[in-house]
Amino acid sequence: MSKACLVDLTRCIGCRGCQVACKQWNKLPAETTEFFARSGGYQNPPALSTKTYTLVTYNEIEDSSGRVNWVFSKRQCMHCLEPSCVSACLVKALEKTKEPEGPVVYHENLCMGCRYCMIACPFDIPKFEYEKAIPSIRKCTFCFDRQEDGEMPACAKACMTGAILYGERNELLDVAKSRIYSDPDDKYVHHIYGEHEAGGTAWMYISDAPFEDLGFPMNVGTTPYPRFTSTFLGAVPQIIILWAGLLTGFHWFVKRREEVAEEELTNTEKEG
Amino acid sequence: MKITPFNIIAGILLIVGFIIIVFRFSLGLGAVTNLNQENPWGLWIGFDVLCGVTLAAGGYVIASAVHLFGLKDYRIVLRSAILTGFLGYFFVVVGLMFDLGRPWRLPYPMFVSLGAQSVMFLVAWHVALYLTVQFLEFSPAVFEWINWKTAHKWASRILAGACIAGVILSTLHQSALGALFLLAPTKVHPLWYSPLIPIFFFVSSIIAGLSMVIFESTLSHRIFKNQVDPAQHEQLNRVTLGLGRAASVGLLCYFFLKLVGLAHDGTWDLLGTPMGTWFLVEILIFVLLPCFLFAWGVRNKNMSLVRFTALLTVIGIVINRLNISVIGFNIDATERYFPSWMEFAVTIAIVTLGLVTFRWIVNRMPVLREHPEYEEAL
Repeated sequence: MSKACLVDLTRCIGCRGCQVACKQWNKLPAETTEFFARSGGYQNPPALSTKTYTLVTYNEIEDSSGRVNWVFSKRQCMHCLEPSCVSACLVKALEKTKEPEGPVVYHENLCMGCRYCMIACPFDIPKFEYEKAIPSIRKCTFCFDRQEDGEMPACAKACMTGAILYGERNELLDVAKSRIYSDPDDKYVHHIYGEHEAGGTAWMYISDAPFEDLGFPMNVGTTPYPRFTSTFLGAVPQIIILWAGLLTGFHWFVKRREEVAEEELTNTEKEG
Repeated sequence: MKITPFNIIAGILLIVGFIIIVFRFSLGLGAVTNLNQENPWGLWIGFDVLCGVTLAAGGYVIASAVHLFGLKDYRIVLRSAILTGFLGYFFVVVGLMFDLGRPWRLPYPMFVSLGAQSVMFLVAWHVALYLTVQFLEFSPAVFEWINWKTAHKWASRILAGACIAGVILSTLHQSALGALFLLAPTKVHPLWYSPLIPIFFFVSSIIAGLSMVIFESTLSHRIFKNQVDPAQHEQLNRVTLGLGRAASVGLLCYFFLKLVGLAHDGTWDLLGTPMGTWFLVEILIFVLLPCFLFAWGVRNKNMSLVRFTALLTVIGIVINRLNISVIGFNIDATERYFPSWMEFAVTIAIVTLGLVTFRWIVNRMPVLREHPEYEEAL
C-alpha cells in the first residue's frame, strides 16, 4: 500500500499554514521576502528553495465569466512512484522508502553533490546549497519521520480547510474521481494531476482551473522516468560481451595474417 | 624552468585558478560560479568533463588502429595520443573535483554505496577503470624512461589486452555521457534530445579523437622539434592524411545519423526556429563542411587544409556538447545561465596545467621519439 496526498485546489484559501508547519517541523530558517517579488503578487517566497520545501503559489486566473480569481496551489516534491532522481543517484543518496511506501528521502551522509538529481527531476524539486562549503541537496521529505510514527505530514495536519488529504493512494484516487464527476456544477477540470504524470506521483491534484495556467509542467509525459535510461543500461553487458569477443577475434585475425605473410616471405627467401 | 613568455602566462593563469579554487572550497560553489537551481550544470561539466572526455578519445582510437587493426605506421602518433588521452581523463577528474559538492566522496560509488541503477555510476566506474587502463598503456614509456627492462617487458605484453579493455570501456562511457541526458527529456532542447544520443556521443567521440590526434601531433611536431626524428616527421604527413580520411568517413556517418535522429524524433518543424538555425549551423558548418574539407584535403594532399579542418571539427564537437548541456539546456528557465569569469579562469587553468604536464612528460620520456634501446617496443 502506498501513501499519498490529494490536494483539492478548490478548497485552498492561500493561508500558507502548510508552509509554516513545514518550516517548523523541518526546522527550516526563514527567508527574507517581499511582496510582488515576482508576478505571483503575494506569493512568498518566489520559489521553492533549500530553505523552503513547500510553497503556496498565487495564480490569477480568469474564469468563464471573465472574472479574475486567485487560485492557490501548494507545491512540493511530487514523490514519484518511480522517481527519476532515485534512478539518477550513483550513491543511493536518494531513496524511495518501503515502510511506509511513498516518500522519496535524501541521505546527506552519502551525497557527493554531483547534482544529477536536479538535472533528472522533471519537476525541478531538488535544490542545492550553492552558498555552503559543505553543501547538501534539500527537498521535501513527505515528513517520512512523521509517517514512520503513523502521523500524517505536517502540512496536511495543518491544513484547516481540508484541501490536503492524506491516505492510501488508491483510496484518494477514488475520492478525486468522485469529486470531479459528481460535482453538481461540474467545476473541476477532468484531470487528476499526478495520477499518470511521470508514471504516477504520490502527490496528486484536482483543480477548477487548468493546470497549465497554474504553472504545472504539462510536458512530463506518463512514462516512468527510470525507463528512459533502462534500455541503455540493459545494453551495457551485451556490448561488453560482444565487443570483447569481436575485438579479440579481430586481433587474432590480423595477427594471423601477419604471421602468414612472414612465413611466405621466409619461404620465398629459402626457395630463392 | 626557463623564463619564457609561455611560462610567465601559464604561471599567472595557474595562480589565478588556484586562488579561485581556494574561494570555491571555502565559500561554496555559489561564490565563484553562476550556477543556479535551474541550471545545476555549467561550464565545468559542459566543457571540462563532457568535452574533456570526448577530446581525449584519441587514445583508444589510435590504440585500436595499431594494436587491433595492425596499422603499424600509426605508431608514430600512438604514444602522444595515449598520453593526451590519459592526461585528458586525469584533468577531467580534476575538473570534476572542483564541481562536485563533496569531492572527497569520490570513492563512494566504488566502495561505500553503489547506485548501480544510475548512468552516472557507469560513467564513474568506467572513467576510473579507463584511467587505469590508459596508465598501463602508457607505462612502457615510463619504464623506458627509468630503464626498468623487466617491467617494460611485462607492460608491453599486455598492450593488446589493455587496448581491447580500453575500447570496451570507451564505447560505454563515451555513450553513457550522452545517456546521462536521457533523464532530462523536458530540459534538453528537443532538437538535441534523442533516444539515440548515446550513439551520437560514441560516434562523435571517434571523430573528435581522430581530429585531436591530427591537431595535437601538428603542434607537438612544431613545439618539440628537437624530440622528433626527421624520418618520423616525414611519415607524419601520411598518417595525418589517413586520419583525415577516417575522420571524413566518420563525419559523413555522423551527419546521416543526426538526420535519422531528426526523422526518428519528428523534430523537423523546429528547424525553422532560432534554435533550429543554430542546430543547422552545427550540423552543416561543423559536421558536413569538415566532412567535405577532409575529403578534399586528403585527395589533394593539402596538409594545411586537413589540419585546419581538424580544428574546425574539434570546435564543432565542443559546440555540440555545450548545446546539449548548457546552451540549449532548460531554455525556458526563468534564470538563464552564463558562466562567470571565474568559471572560465578555472577551466583555462586546468587546460594550462594539462599542457604544462604534457610538456614535462614529453621532454623526459620517449613519447615523440623512440628510445634507442627499446626500438622493437610498440
